[in-house]
Amino acid sequence: MWKTVLRRVLIMIPEVIVLSVLVFLLAKAMPGDPFTGSIGPHTSAAQIHQLKVQAGLYNPWYQQYWNWVVHLFHGNLGTSFQYQEPVTRIIGERAINTVWLALFTMVLTYAIAIPMGLYAGRHQNHIGDNIIRVYTFVTMAIPPFVILLIALWIFGYVLGWAPTTGSVSATASGTMGTVLSRLQHIILPGLVASLTGTVNIVQYLRSEVIDAKHSDYVRTARSKGVPTTNVFRHHILRNSLLPIAAFAGYSITGLLGGSVVTEMIFSYPGMGLLFLNSISYRDYTVITALVLLYGLLNLLGTLLSDIILTAVDPRVRVQ
Amino acid sequence: MADEENHFLKIEDVSTAFKIQGKYYPAVSDVSLDIHNDEIVAIVGESGCGKSTLATTIMGLHDPAETKIGGKIEFEGQDLLTLNEDQMNKIRGAKIGMIFQDPLSALNPLKRIGDQIQEGLDYHTKMTEAEKKARVLELVNQVGIPHPERVIRQFPHELSGGMRQRVVIAIAIACKPDLMIADEPTTALDVTIQAQILDLLKDIQKENHAGIILITHDLGVVAETADEVAVMYAGQVVEKGSAKQIFDNPLHPYTRSLLRSMPQKDSENDDLYVIEGSVPSLQKMPQDGCKFAPRIPWVPESEHEAHPTMHEVEPGHRVRCTCYKNFKFQDEA
Repeated sequence: MWKTVLRRVLIMIPEVIVLSVLVFLLAKAMPGDPFTGSIGPHTSAAQIHQLKVQAGLYNPWYQQYWNWVVHLFHGNLGTSFQYQEPVTRIIGERAINTVWLALFTMVLTYAIAIPMGLYAGRHQNHIGDNIIRVYTFVTMAIPPFVILLIALWIFGYVLGWAPTTGSVSATASGTMGTVLSRLQHIILPGLVASLTGTVNIVQYLRSEVIDAKHSDYVRTARSKGVPTTNVFRHHILRNSLLPIAAFAGYSITGLLGGSVVTEMIFSYPGMGLLFLNSISYRDYTVITALVLLYGLLNLLGTLLSDIILTAVDPRVRVQ
Repeated sequence: MADEENHFLKIEDVSTAFKIQGKYYPAVSDVSLDIHNDEIVAIVGESGCGKSTLATTIMGLHDPAETKIGGKIEFEGQDLLTLNEDQMNKIRGAKIGMIFQDPLSALNPLKRIGDQIQEGLDYHTKMTEAEKKARVLELVNQVGIPHPERVIRQFPHELSGGMRQRVVIAIAIACKPDLMIADEPTTALDVTIQAQILDLLKDIQKENHAGIILITHDLGVVAETADEVAVMYAGQVVEKGSAKQIFDNPLHPYTRSLLRSMPQKDSENDDLYVIEGSVPSLQKMPQDGCKFAPRIPWVPESEHEAHPTMHEVEPGHRVRCTCYKNFKFQDEA
C-alpha cells in the first residue's frame, strides 16, 4: 500500500509544477501590473518605468516565474492592493474561519448522509425510503441559496436562534468563549450546507446499496446461509461505502476552498467571500494566490481520495 | 450420516413467476424432477429457458415481494417452499451448496479468499477458529489450488478464472452438502480447465455421496458427466430421461435440434444447424399450446397437443407434446 501512496505522491510533483506555471502565466496575462492603483496622479511615466525595472517586470517570463516561486517558498505571495497587507496574512485569517465551517459541515454531512443512504437502500420502496427520497428530491430541486435565505430568515431573524453574520463575536473572551461563539456562528450555515450537501451522497449510497443487494457476491453469501443482517453488515456495507469513502477526499478539500454562496448569504468571512471580494476589487495578488491555493487543494483532494481508495480497496494496490 | 432414503430432492410442479410492471410472468412452469444422491442430473437448454431460475428457486434466493412460487420442493422430508428465511439459512450452504457461473462477480472483491470460504463454516459448524482454518486449507487443497497458504490470504482479483471457479466450488462444498447445484460452472472457462473442473465435481460427488444438479447449455459437458438429463424450453421440461436415452434416442424436436446444432467430427460440411428464432421473452411467452411450435413452423398445428403434457415413451423417458411423433427437419425427406 505504501508503494502506491508513494508513487501517487511522486506523480503529484509534475502536476504542481504545471499548475504553478499555468497560474503564473494567467496572472501575467491579466491587465495591469503591481503598480496599477498604487501610483498617484503625478507619478511620471519614467518613474513607473524605473519601478518596473526594479521589480524585474522586463525580465523574461521564466526568470520572473522563478522569482515568484522562490518568494512562494518563503511564504511571500505579495501584498494585497485592497487591504495593503501581505496576502498570506489575509488568507490565513480567512482560512481559519473556513476550516471551522468546512470541518463542521463535513462531519455533519456524513453523519446525516450515511445512515440515511444505508437505510433507504436497505429498505428500498418502504415508507422510510420514500420519505428520504422525497426529502432528497425536494432539496435537490430548490437552489441552495433559496434554502439558505429561508433558513437565515426563519432561524436568524424571526426566531433569533443564531447570529446572522460574522464568524466569531467581538465580545467573546477566553478559549472556551471563543470556541462557543464560533460554533454559534457556524451552526446555521453549516447545518444548511450539510443538509443540501447530504442529498447527493444519500442518493448515491442508496443506489450503491441496491446494486450490492442484487450483486452476485451477495447471492453467493446468501447461498452460504448467511442471515440477512450479516449479509448486510459483512458484504453490502463495505462494498457500497467504497465510492463514498473515495469521494470524501474531494469533498473535504472542496469545502476548504470555501463556499461562495453560503459565506455570501451569512456574511461569513471565509475564503469564498474573500475570493468574491477580491474579484470585484480587482485585487490581483489575492486572486492569483487563491487560484493557486484552489488548484493545490484540488490536487490534494484527488491525492487524498486515491489514498483512501488504496486503503479500502485491495484491487487498486500495486503489487 | 442421515438416512440414505431421505437424501434426495423431489421437485413437483414448481412454477416461478416474476413481477414485471405489476403483472406476474412465469419463468418456470410446472417443472417436476427427482434427484437422488450419487446422481448427476443435468438441466439443459438455451439461455432464457428458466434453468437458473429453477436453481435459485430451489435455493430460495428470490425476493418474495417480486416473485410468485408455486408447487412443492421436497428435500430430506421437508417442503423447502414452506420454510421461512431462518430455516432456509440452516439448509443453504449446509445441506445444499450452490456453485455459480462467472466466478469473478460471485466472489466479494473486498474479502480474502480464506474468509469467503470460511464464512459457511462460521454459520453451520461449531468448529474452533483453528479447526476452521485447517478445514479451509483442506478445502483449498481438495479443489486443487496450489499454494493454499498463500491463496487464502489473497483477494479474488489476484487469481485466474479457473482458480476463482475452484474457490467458488470450495465455498459450495465447505459443509459437505448433500446436494450441489452447479449453475453453468464451466461457461467462463477455457476447455482444458472445463475438463478439470468437471472431473473435480465428479470426484467431490463420489466422496460426499452428494446429488448434483448440473445446469448447462453445453451438451458436451452433459454427455461427459450426467446420469439423468432434463431438457428445458421456455420454462418447461420438454424431455427427460437417462443420458443414454436422451443421446441415443432424442425425441422432442427441441432436443433433436439442440443435438443437431452441436459440431460433429464426422459431419460432411462445416455448417452448424441453427434453430430459427429465439426463446421468447417472459412477456411474449405463448401461454398455452406447444411453446416450441413457433420455432418449427413447418410442422402442422394438428401435430401439436392443445395442452401439451408429458408422455412416457419408455421407462423413465418422457416427452412433452405429441409433435415429436412425425417430426422431421425441413431438409429431411
